[in-house]
Amino acid sequence: MSRKRLFWPALAFALVLLAAGCDEAPNEAASSGESGGAQGGLNIAVVTHGQASDPFWSVVKNGVDAAAKDTGNTVNYQAPQTFDMVEMSRLIDAAVAGKPDGLVISIPDAKALSGSIKKAIDAGIPVISMNSGSDTYKELGVLTHIGQTEFEAGLGGGERMAAAGVKNAICVNQEVGNAALDLRCEGFTESMTKAGGKVKVLAVNLTDPTDAQQRISAGLGDADGVFTLGPTGATPALAALKADNKLGQVKLATFDLSPEVLQAVADGEVLFAIDQQQYLQGYLPIVFLTQYKKYGVVPTGIVQTGPAFVEKANAAQVIDLSKEGIR
Amino acid sequence: MAVTEAPPGPQADERVRRAGLLRRLLSRPELGAVAGAILVWVFFSLVAGNRGFFTLDGTASYLAVAADLGILAVAVCLLMIAGEFDLSIGSIIGASGMVIAMLNVEYGWPLWAAILMAIAFSLVAGFLNGLVVVWTKLPSFIVTLASLFIFRGLTIGVTRLVTGRTQVGGIDVSASPVIDTLFGGQLGRFPISIVWWLGLAALATWVLLRTRVGNWIFGAGGAPEASRNLGVPVDRLKIGLFMTTAFAACLVAILQVVNFGGADVLRGTGQEFQAIIAVVIGGTLLTGGYGSPIGAVFGALIFGMVRQGIVITGVNADWFQVFLGAMLIVAVLVNNYIRRKAAEAKR
Repeated sequence: MSRKRLFWPALAFALVLLAAGCDEAPNEAASSGESGGAQGGLNIAVVTHGQASDPFWSVVKNGVDAAAKDTGNTVNYQAPQTFDMVEMSRLIDAAVAGKPDGLVISIPDAKALSGSIKKAIDAGIPVISMNSGSDTYKELGVLTHIGQTEFEAGLGGGERMAAAGVKNAICVNQEVGNAALDLRCEGFTESMTKAGGKVKVLAVNLTDPTDAQQRISAGLGDADGVFTLGPTGATPALAALKADNKLGQVKLATFDLSPEVLQAVADGEVLFAIDQQQYLQGYLPIVFLTQYKKYGVVPTGIVQTGPAFVEKANAAQVIDLSKEGIR
Repeated sequence: MAVTEAPPGPQADERVRRAGLLRRLLSRPELGAVAGAILVWVFFSLVAGNRGFFTLDGTASYLAVAADLGILAVAVCLLMIAGEFDLSIGSIIGASGMVIAMLNVEYGWPLWAAILMAIAFSLVAGFLNGLVVVWTKLPSFIVTLASLFIFRGLTIGVTRLVTGRTQVGGIDVSASPVIDTLFGGQLGRFPISIVWWLGLAALATWVLLRTRVGNWIFGAGGAPEASRNLGVPVDRLKIGLFMTTAFAACLVAILQVVNFGGADVLRGTGQEFQAIIAVVIGGTLLTGGYGSPIGAVFGALIFGMVRQGIVITGVNADWFQVFLGAMLIVAVLVNNYIRRKAAEAKR
């Protein structure tokens, strides 16, 4: 009897909670926007393929939230629970149904998302892309792209390594077949070869660090430089060099940041780490959409956020910012 | 002509009580789900009505989500009424999709042949599931949990072995207009998957309520030993139902591959649990023997409305999963309450 009595109050309570929660989210952004100063007042939807629980994308979301505050806009960030293009396109459709003033997306798979993106553009919503899709955004009708183009980033990495005196390097690819990673190695190879060095691509499995470490040790040969494409390649590479006592002779550099990588850079074990500054990939699209809505101005072409180099000199500052979720 | 007293009409037999239409409606298993669906719709209309929930686009977006889940839910409903679970359908979605994509893109098979191959693959997968369950007499929960991992692992492993990637795209559907219309067509803003969903639900309801096989399904779930003694081929029935759920998973995979032009090794992850939730919201008991595919239709509808409604409302992505779980609990509670009330009203 008491169970039945409690049912309706419990249901009412749950519904009130839900309604309160639903209203809270937009109000939060709007009120913090007022303190920001700029007029803004736009409603912008952001749909990416990276969950806010992912440390990389958490920084992007921080950029988005900061831009919302500074411009006084209401921004809604959505991402699928897993890397699923079907779910992502549904999220874009739902966002478009709300008729936002602007849409920011990442384009990991242009073919799968083209339908939803076209719907948004046909509905008259300005779309800006970030992080992925630098080679497909233009034909879809997207205004501009903000991110790091992988080939150019690899190119920059190779130039730096060659300048540090590396003549014979291996490029460790932890996920062969991932087009973005392949491009990084290609850019690296081109600039190294131009500087007179040579490069060998070594494939390892990102899910098995122990095996990766063994393979790197075995594949070192007489190389004097190791270039990895992410923390899942850098950590086993560092372990391999330490185990073989080659830290002084072989120079190690990597793409992307992680706490271990940053510490290694600060300690001088890693020559440099390439930062794609994903905070800007979250921050800038909001700013650009605001200006586009106001005056019709928007950057033409790709806005590069990387490669930015973290070296021993600036490592300490980056570590502090990384703890705050900015880098 | 002798005048005799008119014989007493049917209502004179006081042992049989005629239930009014309202009473009969109240005791249907779907009622709770319908009420839940109305409740959720009203809620989002209040909260998100002016943000696009009412528009054709908004409606199409949640119906599309509901259709994909609904196709699975209808098949899973039949299986659960028969007393079994199938946790591997998510993996079968990924595997079937990848079969189509790899055969068409890597090996140049025509699209219709790749699709037929995927259907054959899914039927074999379902058959294996059913065979293992029936032979080993292990709970289907365990058997299909194992096949969830096995099929997913096979998908990832074989795809990377053959293509070196985890996504296979580049399927050109425009070369096969029949397939394009059948699986990728649109009715206005609404995808054709909705037609497949409602059609399959109608078929399942007809089978369940109007055919012998339907009786068998209820029997196998409610009283398996008694059914066996009465001559119901429970084992063959269960194997057939596992093949049905696998086929439903393949159909969803075909729809997704045709609509999105490619396949992904992780597609379908988690769909098996969402399908079970939709079926349970729809009034089917977890213990078997009682349920309704129409209820599963409304369960999937509730799920779709909640999924897209939360996004349209503008809830911060960080809190998305909290709201999804809370709304589902509320929907199930309403469902159970109404079912209890209906059961009491019967007396």
